[in-house]
Amino acid sequence: MSVNLSKGQGISLQKSDGGTLTAVRMGLGWRSAPRRGLFGRRTNEIDLDASAVLFADKKPVDVVFFQHLVSDDGSVRHTGDNRVGGAGQGGDDEAILVDLARVPVHIDQIVFTVNSFTGQTFAEVQDAFCRLVDETNGQELARYTLTGGGQYTAQVMTKVHRAGNGWAMTAIGAPTNGRTFQDLVPAMVPHL
Amino acid sequence: MTAELVRGQNHPLDRTRVEIRISAGGPVMAGVTLGDDQGRLSGTEAVAHPGAPRRTGIEVPRQAASEHRVAVDLDALAESVHRVSVLLALATGTGSLTGFGAAAAPRVAVTGLDGTQLAGYTITGLGAETAVVAVELYRRQGAWKVRAVGQGYADGLAAMLRDQGLAQAAELAAEIEEAVSLGQARAVQSPVAAGRAEGPATAPADAAAPADSHTPDTAAPADTAAPAAGGPIDYRHPKRRTAKAPAPAAAPSDAPPAPVAGDAAGWSMEERLYNQVWGMFEDLARSVAAYRSACDFAESRLEQELDKALADPRDRLGTAADVARATARDKHAALITQARAALDRDLAQLAAESEVVEPALPPAFARWSAPVWQGYHVPLEPPMGLRLGDLHLPEVLDLRIPMLVRLPLERGLWIDSGPAGYAHGPGPEREFGRRELGSALTDGPPDEAEVRRLALDTAVAVAARLLAVHPAGTFAVQVVDPGGTAVSALAPLLETGALREPPAAGAQGVTQVLEALTRRVDLVQMAVRNRAADSLPPDIDTAEQLLIVHDFPHGFDDRAVTRLRYLADEGPAVGVHLLMVADRAQAQEYGPVLDPLWRSLLRITPVPDAHLADPWVGHAWTYEPSLAPQGSRVLREVLGRLAQARPAHRH
Repeated sequence: MSVNLSKGQGISLQKSDGGTLTAVRMGLGWRSAPRRGLFGRRTNEIDLDASAVLFADKKPVDVVFFQHLVSDDGSVRHTGDNRVGGAGQGGDDEAILVDLARVPVHIDQIVFTVNSFTGQTFAEVQDAFCRLVDETNGQELARYTLTGGGQYTAQVMTKVHRAGNGWAMTAIGAPTNGRTFQDLVPAMVPHL
Repeated sequence: MTAELVRGQNHPLDRTRVEIRISAGGPVMAGVTLGDDQGRLSGTEAVAHPGAPRRTGIEVPRQAASEHRVAVDLDALAESVHRVSVLLALATGTGSLTGFGAAAAPRVAVTGLDGTQLAGYTITGLGAETAVVAVELYRRQGAWKVRAVGQGYADGLAAMLRDQGLAQAAELAAEIEEAVSLGQARAVQSPVAAGRAEGPATAPADAAAPADSHTPDTAAPADTAAPAAGGPIDYRHPKRRTAKAPAPAAAPSDAPPAPVAGDAAGWSMEERLYNQVWGMFEDLARSVAAYRSACDFAESRLEQELDKALADPRDRLGTAADVARATARDKHAALITQARAALDRDLAQLAAESEVVEPALPPAFARWSAPVWQGYHVPLEPPMGLRLGDLHLPEVLDLRIPMLVRLPLERGLWIDSGPAGYAHGPGPEREFGRRELGSALTDGPPDEAEVRRLALDTAVAVAARLLAVHPAGTFAVQVVDPGGTAVSALAPLLETGALREPPAAGAQGVTQVLEALTRRVDLVQMAVRNRAADSLPPDIDTAEQLLIVHDFPHGFDDRAVTRLRYLADEGPAVGVHLLMVADRAQAQEYGPVLDPLWRSLLRITPVPDAHLADPWVGHAWTYEPSLAPQGSRVLREVLGRLAQARPAHRH
C-alpha cells in the first residue's frame, strides 16, 4: 500500500504497536534511456542520484551520496551509484539505507533528495519515482512519482527527523534544480 | 506449499491422508493420542503406541528409531476425535539419551502421501525433557489444521499422558516402555529382519494407500542400534543452563543476539573470523566517529551559545546571561551523556563479540598469550592473514582489535626504532597495557636503547610468527646485521635453527645477501613472465623469504641502498618480503631519495603509538605490537616444534 503524500504532510514513524521504526530505505528508480541504434554507447544516458544529508541543528554535518557511500558513523549507507537506470518496472535502482537506531545523537534531521546528474529534467525521464520504505516490513511510507514533474532536475523529497524518542517523517516534495546535492542545500534550508 | 512453523503456529491441511515424518538425533519412540474437543483421552484405546501400533486411521512404528513415519487418515477417525497429538519419547534403557537437549533438535514434517511437504517444525529449545508433544492435528470448523506444539515433559511419558487426562497414565507408560525395549531387543538381534517385519510396512485397514509409500526406507531400526551403542554425545554446553523456552506469545526482545565467533561471510572458518575482525574494526571506528562528531557538535554549540549570551552587553550584569549560560551547559551535558550512552551500548556489544572471537582465533590471528599457541603444531597450509599487533582508541582502552594483514604481505614492514615522536613517560595506556595484557613494556620512559631493543624483539616476534604459521620449509628468514648488534635478540631464531645462516655482518655481508635476493627476484620474475617455472636453476630457493634489515643504513653503500629499494618494490610480488628495523633519522644523509622507500613500507612501532589510520573515517589508532608475554617461553617452544618438523619435511 503506497501512500502518495501531498506536500508538507507528516507521518510519525511510530508503528501501530507502539514500537518505533528502526530502519528506513529511500529507493529511487527510473527507466534507462532507450538505446540508440548502431552506436549504442552514445545513448544519452540518464543518471539520477539519491542523496541523504544529515543535519544537526540545521547545519549539514554529513552527507551520503555517490562519492561518499557510507556516513562516517556507518548508520546511513548508499548501495552504490547507478548511472544508467533500470527497467522502469518499480524496482529501486539506487537505495539509501538508514539505521535509525544508530544515527548519532546530535543528528536531528535527515533530508533525502533526488537530482539529475546528467541534466535531463523529470519531464524527460520515464517511470521515475522515489519512495521511502520501512525496511523492517517492506511497507512504503511515501512515494513520489517524478516523471512528468515538469522542467525540474531535482527534488527535495522527504525528511526524517527526531520526534520524542522516535523518528517522524515529513513529506517535502519541493522541486528545484541542481546537479548534485550541494546545489540543493539552499532549497533544503527552508524545510528544516 | 511448505510452511515452516514456529512454536504455537498453525497451518491448514488441504488433505486428510497425511504422513508425519519424524527425524531425531537419537532413537525415539513415536506415538499418537486421540483426544476429544477438550484434548482429553477417553482411555488407553485412544493411544497408538509401539505396544499397540494400530488404531483406526492411525499407524505408528513399533520400534524406537531416529526416523519415523506415522500414517494418519483423518477421515477414518471417529467423530468424537478432535485432536490428534503426535508425541515423541526417548527410549529408556542402555545407551539412550538422557534428554532431548542432548541431541540435535528433533524435526517433524507433515507430508502428503506422495511426499510433498505440507508443514515442517523443528522442536528447538528442549533440555532435560524425555517426552514431547511435537505437533497436533485438530479439527476447526470441519477442516483439519496442524499446530506446532513442542510441549516437553521432563517426567516423561507418564506425565504427558496424565496431562491429557488419562487415568491409567503410569500403567500405560510402563507398557509402552516395555514394548519399546522389546522392539529394541529384536532390532539388535536381527536388524534387517526386524526392519522388514516390524516396520510400519503394513497399513491400517482404513488407510491402505499409505502402505506403498511406507515401504522404501523404513529399514531405519538397523541404523538406530548404532547411535545407541556408541554412547550418547551430549550436545549441550556443560556450563550453560537450559533456559525455559519463551512462551509463543512473548514479543521478541530488542536486545541484540549474543555474538558468535565466525559470524561473518567466508568460505572457511579462518576467512569468516578474518572478516569478522575487520567488521569489528569498522564498527568500532564508526561508533567512535559517531561519538566524536556528537561531542564536537556539542562543544561548538556550547561555544556559540556562550558567545551569544555574552554578545549583548545589557545582559552581562543581569541574571539572564547566567540562565542562558546554565541552559547552554545543560544542553551540552545532556548531549554528551546521550552520545556516551550510545557509544557504551555499541562498545558492550563489541566487547562481548571480542570475548568470543579472541579465543576462537587460529594461531596466525591469536595473541602470543593465547592457549592456541601452547597447543601449537606445524600447519599444512599457509594462513590468509597475520596478526601484527593490537589497535585501540583512547576512548576505549580495554577493547583491542587485532590488526590483521593479508598474506603474502603486499608491502614491507618498517619497525621504527627511533625514539623521536613517542610520548615520553608512562602514560595511562602503557600502564594499562602492562597491567592488563602483560605486554613486554617496562615502566620507564622509552629511552633510546630500550626502544631499539623492543624494536628488535618486535621484529623477532613477527619473524617467528611468520615462520610458525607457514608449513615447514616454505618460509625462510634472513638477517642483515652489519653492526653485529642484534645477535642476542636473535637468539630464539638462531638457537632453534629457524635462521639457516647467521646474520650477515659487515658491508660485505650486506652486499652478498642483497645480491642473492636480487638475483632470486629477477629469476623468479623472469620465470613467471615466461611461464617457465621449471627452468629455474636448482640453487634458487622458492620458499618465501623475509629479509630483516637491522641498523639501516649502517653498512649500506649507494649500490646496496638501490638494491634494497628494488627489493622493496619488486620483492613482494615474487615472495621476497622486507622487514626493516630502522631509525629514519639515521638515514637523513640520503636526503629525500629514501622517502619513497619509507612510504612504501608499513610503519609499526615497538611501543604503543597512535599513528595508524583506519580506512573508513581515518581515526588515529594506537598500535601496540604483538609480543610474547614477559618471561614466556612460548616463542622458543613454537620454534622448537617447527625445528622438529623441518627435517621430516625435507626428507
